[in-house]
Amino acid sequence: MSIPQEHDYIGLSEPLQSEKLSYKMAAAAEGVTPSLNAEKVGVFNLKETELRLGLPGSEAPERKGGIGIGVSLFGKELKDESMCVKNFVSGAKRGFSDAINGAGKWGLSIHGGSAADLGGNGGPNLKEEIPAVKAVEERKNEASITAPASKAQVVGWPPIRSFRKNTLATNTPKKDDVAGKSGSGCLYVKVSMDGAPYLRKINLKTYCSYAEISSALENMFSCFTIGQCGQGLAAKEHLSESHLMDLLHGSEYVLTYEDKDGDWMLVGDVPWEMFTDSCRRLRIMKGSDAIGLAPRTMQKSKSQN
Amino acid sequence: MAYSFPEEVLEHVFSFLSLARDRNAVSLVCKSWYEIERWCRHRIFVGNCYAVSPEIVIRRFPELRAVEMKGKPHFADFNLVPEGWGAYAYPWIAAMAEAYPFLEEIKLKRMVVTDESLELISKSYKNFKVLVLTSCEGFTTDGLASIAANCRHLRELDLRESEVEDLSGHWLSHFPDSCTSLVSLNMSCLGSEVSFSSLERLVARSPNLRTLRLNRAVPLEKLANLVRHAPQLVELGTGAYSSEIRSDTFSSLADAFSACKQLKALSGFWDVVPSYLPAVYSVCSGITSLNLSYAAIPSSDLVKLISQCQNLQRLWVLDYIEDSGLEALAASCKDLQELRVFPSDPFGAEPNVSLTEQGLVSVSEGCPKLESVLYFCRQMSNAALIAIARNRPNFIRFRLCIIEPQAADYLTLEPLDAGFGAIVENCKELRRLSMSGLLTDRVFKYIGTHAKKLEMLSIAFAGESDLGLHHVLSGCDSLRKLEIRDCPFGDKAVLANAAKLDTMRSLWMSSCSVSFGACKLLAQKMPRLNVEVIDERGPPDSRPESCVVERVYVYRTVASRQRLDMPDFVWTLDEDSSMRYS
Repeated sequence: MSIPQEHDYIGLSEPLQSEKLSYKMAAAAEGVTPSLNAEKVGVFNLKETELRLGLPGSEAPERKGGIGIGVSLFGKELKDESMCVKNFVSGAKRGFSDAINGAGKWGLSIHGGSAADLGGNGGPNLKEEIPAVKAVEERKNEASITAPASKAQVVGWPPIRSFRKNTLATNTPKKDDVAGKSGSGCLYVKVSMDGAPYLRKINLKTYCSYAEISSALENMFSCFTIGQCGQGLAAKEHLSESHLMDLLHGSEYVLTYEDKDGDWMLVGDVPWEMFTDSCRRLRIMKGSDAIGLAPRTMQKSKSQN
Repeated sequence: MAYSFPEEVLEHVFSFLSLARDRNAVSLVCKSWYEIERWCRHRIFVGNCYAVSPEIVIRRFPELRAVEMKGKPHFADFNLVPEGWGAYAYPWIAAMAEAYPFLEEIKLKRMVVTDESLELISKSYKNFKVLVLTSCEGFTTDGLASIAANCRHLRELDLRESEVEDLSGHWLSHFPDSCTSLVSLNMSCLGSEVSFSSLERLVARSPNLRTLRLNRAVPLEKLANLVRHAPQLVELGTGAYSSEIRSDTFSSLADAFSACKQLKALSGFWDVVPSYLPAVYSVCSGITSLNLSYAAIPSSDLVKLISQCQNLQRLWVLDYIEDSGLEALAASCKDLQELRVFPSDPFGAEPNVSLTEQGLVSVSEGCPKLESVLYFCRQMSNAALIAIARNRPNFIRFRLCIIEPQAADYLTLEPLDAGFGAIVENCKELRRLSMSGLLTDRVFKYIGTHAKKLEMLSIAFAGESDLGLHHVLSGCDSLRKLEIRDCPFGDKAVLANAAKLDTMRSLWMSSCSVSFGACKLLAQKMPRLNVEVIDERGPPDSRPESCVVERVYVYRTVASRQRLDMPDFVWTLDEDSSMRYS
């Protein structure tokens, strides 16, 4: 599936199943509350989530201080937090369209875009985001994401039973790096954040420490958290970078992961290698849900209240 | 003539006949032998559940104790059969619940089994002993709970590779404390964790337990506990084989294994941490079957393990073993009979491991008893295939999958006709063949000429014209199952060999060139064949008759050709000669 260069936002609301999300975002860009019928909303029931897809400053009545999401996630604004905030405050619609143009062809197709479509044309500051965006495509096999020359998959070929395919997908080789013949060198895990309408995927192998992954996740999800202080922003003109980081470090969220046994663990307890070996997925949990996992978090939130 | 044996004597004689083939022959001798035989047949195998109906089976064989049945065609394993096609077990289970209160065994493959069916099984047969569900789907762990709770004399519960909706691990706890009869438990396909204490107690109170295949969720640290309760195990499938490296875990595991003097088969090994592999070294010399096809570990670790298994007869492994590992295998395991090498990264564009045709050549050279091969690789040459064929004329199963469709001989860029030709020419006992790579009609000529014992043939992306298919259908005398996908085979070959199809179990053709008109004609010509047109584009008669069908599945049957459970994308010939759908 190819993503058109010119973005006609109304046109994008053509009901391609894989572009449900883009439809909602397109509608939001026009300043219209997405009054979508149940089918179009699809997986996401916007009313249930705290976050809204309206752009920063748009006047959608249901919004309770939601945030401008998503598009600015991938736009140039992401690299410069203060700019992101300015858009928020000024309520400019430009955020969406500029971000699209700036993002080149990342497109709004979370599910349908192929690696090839998403690669290449983003501006230089987007290169970092693009692999992550590609990885959001949940159905794609990991190997075909990393290999840009991956071919279209023929149904039922090679003839491997789904049982085996599924097990291969979740099998991480414990290779001796000295042998130099290890596998694809990637370990994509899903990252969810409570309240965010979609998940991300990151490659654990690209990080070497908890600090790195922590800051990468902060970058990825910071725009979701702007909404947490949405109401306050009407008063504040300016939200500094440090405030954003505080939000993530502070009482609001705790980073957890699901290990091989299916248990939810607090990130940071075990050595990094052991963590990457056993981590199946990540979840940025609300502090209030993290009772028992991170007692210090609760104390922090108490002290802040 | 007054001399004739009393029935009881004949019955006694027939009781020594176990093979269905022999019993079938016996029942053709005369009417009275037919009658005697059918009353004392206890075991039946139905290769295609639609070839016959429950009523017909029950009418002929009133005293069955064991039923084995297969449903969907083999290509369903690769998602070529749309969801909802059929193969429902319930009608069979329900009919048999009435007719066979003493039924003891049910073995199903590629069928849709519901919780309702499982519950019915558990409640209808007082003496139920064996349930084997291979590649089945449609049931949840609730169904398993019914089986566990109600089958007091259960011996075997084997769920190999079935797709079970895993609601919870609680089902295992439904085995009552009084259940001590378990001989075989295979739950390796399940995802969720069962209560370990229930599992441990179950194993401890099952002195006859021979086969235990755990699922991935059973942690390595607990494996030793289980094994210690069952030193009599013959087959063990581990759970996840990884844990923090701790010497007490290791030694406990090694000790537990060393007590298992009868262990012959090992499997499982998900998430292997190589440092724990030596824990099984004490049993390796007795191991004849090793399934490492989920073990993602480098070749060196694989070789260290395999070279301890001098008596290995069957090895399933990932291509991490590489050519070097296969060479080592060939050197250590002279009793090897079956080898399966699966791809670790089948969809990657580039090879991720160094496994080529050379590995297979080495094994064919070094292992004189090798007779069954399934091999995934990325390159092949006629020279290699010819060498393999000459090394191993004793192949009975040869399945080669070159990952890139229509890949030519990588050395000469020619088709692989000569190579596969050599296989069929040299391996006179070949019963099963799967081909891949670039192949013209010529290879089919070789097959038709030489493969006289071939029973099952799988073809994909091969051939040039109907002549190819014609060679196969007219030449392969023993052919029972033919499955074809994405080949330019069409009407002429099928219609010219219509009579042949009556001698086979089934023919599957998808993405080929068979027209709707030909399907109708075939169905009209051959009243005992069911010609199923499986097409998701809507009624075939809304298109011209010359239009090619998406898939056609032809099988012989004595049941009605309008099966009642046809979904709306399957069409068969109605008795008034029009293609209708139910």
